This record gives sequence, structure tokens and C-alpha cells, in this order.
Amino acid sequence: MILATAELIGIFKWLHGLLVDLGLKEPWLTVVVYGLLSVTIFGVLCLIALFLVWWERKIAGHIQQRFGPMRNGWHGWYQTVMDALKLLQKEDILVDTRDRPVFFWAPVICFVAAFLAYIVIPFGKGLIVADLNIGILYIIAITTFTVISLLMAGWGSHNKYALLGGMRSAAQVVSYEVPMVASILTVIIFSGSLSMVDITESQQGNFIFNWFIFRPPFGIIAFITYIIAATAEANRTPFDIPEAEQELVAGFNIEYSGMKFAMFFLAEFVNMFTVSAIATTLFLGGWNGPLLPSWLWFLGKTLLVVLLLMVFRWTFPRLRVDQLMEFAWKFLVPLTFANLILAGWMKYAGWYW
Amino acid sequence: MLEYLAVLIFIAAGIGVVLFTFFFARLLRPSNPYPEKTINYECSELPFGTPWVQFNNRFYIFGLIFVIFDVEAVFLFPWAVAFGQLGLYALIEMVIFIVILFYGIYYAWRKGALKWV
Repeated sequence: MILATAELIGIFKWLHGLLVDLGLKEPWLTVVVYGLLSVTIFGVLCLIALFLVWWERKIAGHIQQRFGPMRNGWHGWYQTVMDALKLLQKEDILVDTRDRPVFFWAPVICFVAAFLAYIVIPFGKGLIVADLNIGILYIIAITTFTVISLLMAGWGSHNKYALLGGMRSAAQVVSYEVPMVASILTVIIFSGSLSMVDITESQQGNFIFNWFIFRPPFGIIAFITYIIAATAEANRTPFDIPEAEQELVAGFNIEYSGMKFAMFFLAEFVNMFTVSAIATTLFLGGWNGPLLPSWLWFLGKTLLVVLLLMVFRWTFPRLRVDQLMEFAWKFLVPLTFANLILAGWMKYAGWYW
Repeated sequence: MLEYLAVLIFIAAGIGVVLFTFFFARLLRPSNPYPEKTINYECSELPFGTPWVQFNNRFYIFGLIFVIFDVEAVFLFPWAVAFGQLGLYALIEMVIFIVILFYGIYYAWRKGALKWV
């Protein structure tokens, strides 16, 4: 991500031209370009995840008045690279009573579900893989597959802790899906489109005050409810009962080791980045911003939201299961739907800018 | 419609990359299973009974309520997209729809279905 937007687009234009010169015809040309893009996105995601893991450990350390990783390089900057190398060499310990296909495919689905969301996330002006016109609906649909993979991991492990973690995670993610959708709908009323690019462009202009979060009162309410629901969707503290270390040991991924565990871990951090990127696109104006290049604005805002989620994790205590479910259904769901109706009324009456 | 091809390609690429990583790790890692290693983990006790048991029906009830709201979301998405052109009539209709659904939630609440025991 060192290159400017125009240069990045330039590289792909050049590649496109090269492929045309090689004599590729239309459907195949698109296939090859998208194939290259998918590998690029995978590389970027791995870098982001490596950075986020390191960052989370540093933040955790400093919040708890220690240093965090310090040994590998300056302030331990390549600690996670070494961790990844270690995980690569670890033995894959397999339970012989496991449900074989389910156990094997769970990490694959978990990662692919997290990976697919990046087709429609606009990293900057024009920096988007494919601007699907159902953008945000597609993301909601795809990221829900994570639940299935967690259930599969819980069932396939043939372990009581794992199954309990999987079931809890299904109940939790499913419950927080409803307020999340309702807060997203609040934005869609105003943008009039589901496409991520259109949503971003509807927040252009007026310095920074056209960002959705600056539309009181429904914008800020929708942002807060979205962040709460997204924290629960990403299975992070204070909503991390699926993998509560003290009671379920590690929850659904207890029987996984080596690279299979690494995939769950990678998917968790990729998911965290995804929900932050969605929050940025919907509420914080996406790539819009004065002076700086668009991808820098997007990355900066997204990392700020990630920082918020990390601070949540290390400062809040974990909720109980009953508190969690009652908070979702008795507080968040009525609040978000009331907010939706309020936003609809204000859109109709024209009380917004 | 050609851009929806990206979804298919990303699915294939995602699965391919993960399977390649598993394969690559297989070349590097040791493999030394023995019976103690392959029983499942239960805090160092010998596991008893099967973990594949019947589950609390709370999960089922929350699943049901979720399905209702997810179906509602199906109706809400086109409504929200077209809201700019529809005006007051659509707003009142959707308020009625949401109120009816919330009567359902209220009923479940009073019956104690939202209580996690």
C-alpha cells in the first residue's frame, strides 16, 4: 500500500494491456485479472493481519503496564512473522473421533467467508475489486458464513468445550445480526443505494460534515449500535463468550493446531478489519477527506476503528450469556428499529443536510 | 454481470490458497501421533460420554426469532433503497409492519422466551 491510487490502477491497466497483447479473449481476460487481484488481496490481508496481531499485543501490553513483544527487531516488529513460521512447523494433532470432512473444511470456510468480503470494500478512490451493485447486502450475506464454520468446528472437533463454544457463537452472532442490519439500513435510507462506492460518494463534500456520523441524532446512534453489534459479530471481548478462555479454554478452536488454527486466527483478525472497514465506509465517509490521498484516509480511519475495538477488548469485562442475549433483544433491537423509523421520518421531512 | 465472476474466482482462489497452505505445512511439519495425543482434550481427564448431546432449546427459540427478523430484513432492504422516491406512504406502511413485528417480540418477552436461564 505504498503506491498512490493512480499508480496502482496504472499497474493493473498495464497488466490488462499486456494480457490483451498476448491475445486473451473477453471472459478469460476478466478471469485472469480477477485471479491476479485475488492473490494481491490475499497478500495485503496477510500483511494487515500480521500487523494487527502485533499491534494488539503491544496495546494489550501497554494497557497492562508491560511492554508486549520486545525481542524480535525494534519493539518486536517481526514477532508475528516468527509466530507464523512457528505455526507452519507445528504438528497437526488430530482427534481420531472427529467428524473428518466437517473438521477439515471448517477453517477453510472460515477464512474464505472473511476473504470474500474484500471484493466490495473500497480501499480508496477506484481501489475496489468489483463494485457490485448489492455491495453491503453481499457483505452481510457472505460474512454470515463464519457462523456456519464456527458451528462446523464445534461439531467436528468431538469435544464438549468446542461444541458449547460453537453453539454459543451461533446464538450470539445470529442475535447481533438483527441490530447490525437495522443500523446499516439507516445509512441506506440516505444513500439510496447498496453499492459501497455509491454509499461513500453520498458522503462527499462539506469538508468532513457530510460523513454519516455527523448527522445528528440518528447517525451517531446508528454508528454506536453498529460498533456494538460488530464487536459481537467479530466475537471479540466484551462479547467473546464463544471462546472465553477461563470457562471454555478456547471454545470452538480447541482441537485445532498448526496451520488449521492459524487459519481461524487469521480469519478473526481479517474479520475485525472487515467490520472496521464497513464502519468506515458507512459512517466515517470512506475514502473522503481533505488534502491527503484517498487510500490514506481510508486506512487511517479503519485503523482508528480497529484501535477502538482493541481498547474495548482490553478494558471491558466479559458479559455473561444471559446479559448478552437480553442486551441484544431487549435493548439493541428496539433501539435500532426506533432509530430507523426516526431516520426515515427525518429523511421524509428533510431535517438533515 | 461480468463483475459477479469476481465472486466465483475469489471463492476458488480463497479455497486454493488455504489448501495450498495446508499442503505446504504438511511438507514441513513433523507427524508423530500416539494414542494419548489423539483423544480429545478435556482438561487432562479421560473424556466420558459423547459430546454430541441434545442441546438446550433456548438456542432453537432464538433461532426462530432471528428467522422472523431476517425475513423482515429482506423486506426492509428494497424499502430502504427506494425510500427516497416513495415518500410518506411507504414510511407509514413500514412503521405498521415494524410495530406488528414488535408486538411479536413483546409477546415473546412476556412469555419469558427472551430470558436465558
